[in-house]
Amino acid sequence: MTASASPGDTVITDELRSFIGLESIGVTYDIERHAVERFAAAIGDPNPLYSDREVAESTSYGSLIAPPTFFRSLLPDNLPNPFPEPFAHVLDGGSKYRFNEPVRVGDQITVVRKIVDLFEKHGRMGTMLFKVAEISYTNQEARLVGTQTTTTITYGTGEKDFGVGDG
Amino acid sequence: MATAKEISTLLFEDVAVGDELPELVKNPDTKQLVRYAGASQDFVAIHYDQNVAAAAGHPKVIIHGALKSAWLGELVTGWMGSGGRLLELDVSYRMIDFPDDVATCVGKVTDARIENGVGLVELEIGLRQTDGTISTPGRALVSLPSREIL
Repeated sequence: MTASASPGDTVITDELRSFIGLESIGVTYDIERHAVERFAAAIGDPNPLYSDREVAESTSYGSLIAPPTFFRSLLPDNLPNPFPEPFAHVLDGGSKYRFNEPVRVGDQITVVRKIVDLFEKHGRMGTMLFKVAEISYTNQEARLVGTQTTTTITYGTGEKDFGVGDG
Repeated sequence: MATAKEISTLLFEDVAVGDELPELVKNPDTKQLVRYAGASQDFVAIHYDQNVAAAAGHPKVIIHGALKSAWLGELVTGWMGSGGRLLELDVSYRMIDFPDDVATCVGKVTDARIENGVGLVELEIGLRQTDGTISTPGRALVSLPSREIL
């Protein structure tokens, strides 16, 4: 039996705090037509901009593009050092997307993730760690096509869920 | 240069504060969650493994938050057509949603303004559960073409 945490205790150690600002190793994806089609079909979006080359080319986009949240399928690589995740379970708190230009089929998109903030809250499920990360998506012409700022919440002990501890 | 043939384009002049977007109704099932897991590479087990969902206290597997974001993206991009551009999409996962419940994406115009010659429209969006609760609120900012410029 361990002593229960007092209100002054924090899970955000100096070691955890040292991860704020650290960037993941960049990973580059070829944006493939069939991956875009599969993603659009999976979310159930019938928009021809994602699947009908002729229609997409006739619009102001001029090419097939990916749905806005296709960014989710372009997973960032890990941080250079493993994040010392104190908790076992994970919740997705939400995302804020900013789009500068569309992702086009045929693009090469480089993905870099950076932890920008860590904070904690105490609630029904005990202490919860909130991790805010900004993910950048840059195309083959070095233009930032968009960003996604995510809030990931971890809590609880026990066997770690898949994906917990990736940073 | 050939003139673009847009897909059902909405013009800035067609939009007024208070307008409601056509609702987008989704009927998700567990098969869709598996398809989304594969397409998005999100293999967090609570979205496909009944035992993991039960251990976390849920009656069944839960919908990926990011899938709900994707539906809200579809709500906005389908409404504005191919002439508009989605600039910002913010979504908060306040409550959990489950497969086999009808999920309705709703939205309304909260602001319309011209900035530097560009027509910008702010939207309040959300995912509405069958009892009327908004489980997943959000907002979006889009630019729309203007009749003046066309």
